[in-house]
Amino acid sequence: MVIAVVFVLIVVGSVVFHFLSPWWWTPIASNWGYIDNTIIITFWITGAVFSAVVLFAAYCVWRFRHKEGQKAAYEPENKRLENWLIGLTAVGVAAMLAPGLFVWAQFITVPAEATEAEVMGQQWQWAYRLPGADGKLGLSDTRLVSADNPYGINPDDPNGRDDVLIQADYLHLPIDKPVKILLRSIDTLHDFYVAEFRSKMDMIPGAVTYFWFTPTRTGQFEVLCAELCGIGHPYMRGGVVVDTQEDYDNWLAGQSTYAQLYAPEVLKTAGLD
Amino acid sequence: MVDATHGPDAHAAEFPDVELYHPRSWWTRYVFSQDAKVIAIQYASTALAIGMVALVLSWLMRMQLAFPGFLEFIDAAAYYQFITMHGMIMVIYLITALFLGGFGNYQIPLMLGARDMVFPYVNMLSYWTYLLAVLVLVASWFAPGGPTGAGWTLYPPQAILSNTPGQEAGIVLMLVSLILFVIGFTMGGLNYIVTVLQGRTRGMTLMRMPLTVWGIFVATVMAMLAFPALFVACVMMLFDKLLGTSFFMPAVAEMGVQLAHNGGSPILFQHLFWFFGHPEVYIVALPAFGIVSDLLATHARKNIFGYRMMVWAIVIIGALSFVVWAHHMYVSGMNPYFGFFFATTTLIIAVPTAIKVYNWVLTLWRGDIHLNPPMLFALAFIVTFVNGGLTGLFLGNVVVDVPLSDSMFVVAHFHMVMGVAQILVIFGAIYHWYPKITGRMLDNTLAHLHFWVTFVGAYLIFFPMHYLGLMGVPRRYFESGDISFQPPSAHELNVFITVMALTVGAAQLVFVFNLIWSIRHGKPAGGNPWRATTLEWQTPQTPPAHGNFGRELPVVYRWAYDYSVPGAPEDFIPQNQPGPTPPHHEGSE
Repeated sequence: MVIAVVFVLIVVGSVVFHFLSPWWWTPIASNWGYIDNTIIITFWITGAVFSAVVLFAAYCVWRFRHKEGQKAAYEPENKRLENWLIGLTAVGVAAMLAPGLFVWAQFITVPAEATEAEVMGQQWQWAYRLPGADGKLGLSDTRLVSADNPYGINPDDPNGRDDVLIQADYLHLPIDKPVKILLRSIDTLHDFYVAEFRSKMDMIPGAVTYFWFTPTRTGQFEVLCAELCGIGHPYMRGGVVVDTQEDYDNWLAGQSTYAQLYAPEVLKTAGLD
Repeated sequence: MVDATHGPDAHAAEFPDVELYHPRSWWTRYVFSQDAKVIAIQYASTALAIGMVALVLSWLMRMQLAFPGFLEFIDAAAYYQFITMHGMIMVIYLITALFLGGFGNYQIPLMLGARDMVFPYVNMLSYWTYLLAVLVLVASWFAPGGPTGAGWTLYPPQAILSNTPGQEAGIVLMLVSLILFVIGFTMGGLNYIVTVLQGRTRGMTLMRMPLTVWGIFVATVMAMLAFPALFVACVMMLFDKLLGTSFFMPAVAEMGVQLAHNGGSPILFQHLFWFFGHPEVYIVALPAFGIVSDLLATHARKNIFGYRMMVWAIVIIGALSFVVWAHHMYVSGMNPYFGFFFATTTLIIAVPTAIKVYNWVLTLWRGDIHLNPPMLFALAFIVTFVNGGLTGLFLGNVVVDVPLSDSMFVVAHFHMVMGVAQILVIFGAIYHWYPKITGRMLDNTLAHLHFWVTFVGAYLIFFPMHYLGLMGVPRRYFESGDISFQPPSAHELNVFITVMALTVGAAQLVFVFNLIWSIRHGKPAGGNPWRATTLEWQTPQTPPAHGNFGRELPVVYRWAYDYSVPGAPEDFIPQNQPGPTPPHHEGSE
């Protein structure tokens, strides 16, 4: 009996909590509002199912609780009812899956005009690399990583010489320009995660992974590591600043390239100095 | 073992009671016993004991999250060791071992009308290997560097790198312990499968088996197929760690130092791990599904609704669960096109799962509901399982998983769906079968206290936790207070969750006390206190003696759910009672 009341309280309490609690997602700062919409659709469908099932159970417990002389009905199955329930469930599932797959197709299709930015993770810091004037990132390899070459950039690849390196500082991105984030790690798994961008992806040593988004709001956002990477994992923080195009250009002009920082002799032989 | 479980010319009555077959000393009766019931109690006691360790670990990690710095011995290394050991113990050494080694051993022979498992000696070895696995796991606390803190998923390269706690010995002991567990479980699992297929008494067709046996049976078949993936993953990682191979290890520059590994694939480990890990979710869920079906039917005095559909749903869920594993890896960096396939298979599995939920609540409809402790736990399971199952539709739907994965939403989801829900069933099952196992009832007042604190408390722990994850708070953070987007109120929520966790934990001490106290002081139960139909309640002795059914094995005439049959003198008809078949019965064969 009490349990029927508690079930009702659980449904009412959960719904009230959902709408009134102060804990909700961060204001979005990327084009992935579609993901938020899919979450909302999923909340409505699952919330309705949860409420219906638990309230029905509560009603049954209240209505059919044991009383002296009561006898249960005998009904092993009801094909019609079962088929209806299967059909309705399939429709509900499809209503969540279809928008989900539709948005996923967008999530993995990088627009042709997207520029590239590389994020490199290592215990427990972030470093960034932009392709420089030629628009191409130089080849890299974990085995080339050393004190003189912290990014492991291949010194023989001319594309790498003008790569802009950003260490121990924030990554800047221009607003409203799609960006393909290339992800790389030199030690273990990490995961580049900015809550306001709604997107994340693991970084795997030995491979390059990616995701893309378009920043839609200027400001400064915290980068968190979202894949356990050793005891310093929660302290692996960084920042991304979304600028207007003008601010971005000013910032970019003040950055240094690989050749300037680590390979002045390469610079000389290439006659670029 | 020569036994008389099937075939008309091998009927039990024609065999004298073979003296050799019974244990002859205290050691072979209670310690190195080959009796499945004793092995079940050994499995269950060991699992509950190590489970208490996991409970204490959860208290400690919650203390750190709510009151960082209050317990000075919890540093980052200790915290990661706590979460790793808590997760591994709960999933493998407690829930899997208790459902299959505990309930499987106790229920399969009794419910099927068998004298024992078909390979009793191997069954005994299964337990002792499991115990060894637990001891190796516990030994890692005393090894240099302590247990591994790699997270229960043990992802390489991090698991064997030097900035992870337990890198010296902890990870090796963890892998060895898992390997031993798989070996031990395989010996038990073969027994369960062969006993179900070959050891059923006369008349016990597959479609007359109680759903408890169906759930455990399908879960065991799945375990036989899934655990080998974990086994090879552990062996390969041991080689990487001890022999310097590079199965999972690419070139690594660790803190500026180049390691000797090269060319391995970290993501290969994730595929192997989740090829085991996702079926594992259902390996612990299917026995719970089966058991809860039987609890609901018995205490609502009504047949389980849609028995055949329930059986097929179990089988279909078991099969589908082998093609959904990469939904744990949507943001792992695997080929993004996998997302379409795995999101589709994952959401399809929601359909047979939903059928089970509908049939549970429809079993209540027009029932005669006795709100005994086992029934309360079964009802609570429905709430937590539905809640956790529905949040699975967020995480399974690939693009929705992108912002939510690796967040507290995931932690809340899996605790609700495969932690709280499963453990509520375990409690319900213990309240239900304890009278058969000991001959005495558990104390009712303590049971209610235990139930209310556990159910309401666990819901209050995990329901709000989802919203921290929705906000973006990552899991596995030793300290999360300084995250920029978190309002100060999030810390208050963390304090609330911790207080609830400590309270729920304390309620488990009431349960343990009840278990021990009632062995001597509980009310005598009689043979069939719940007036249930299945064969374990029809044994000549309670607790059942070695051989289970005395001189003559029962013969089964009906399915397991003849409750409240119209025209019957009582509201239940035991499976071994001859007589006319009720009207709907033929449809269920």
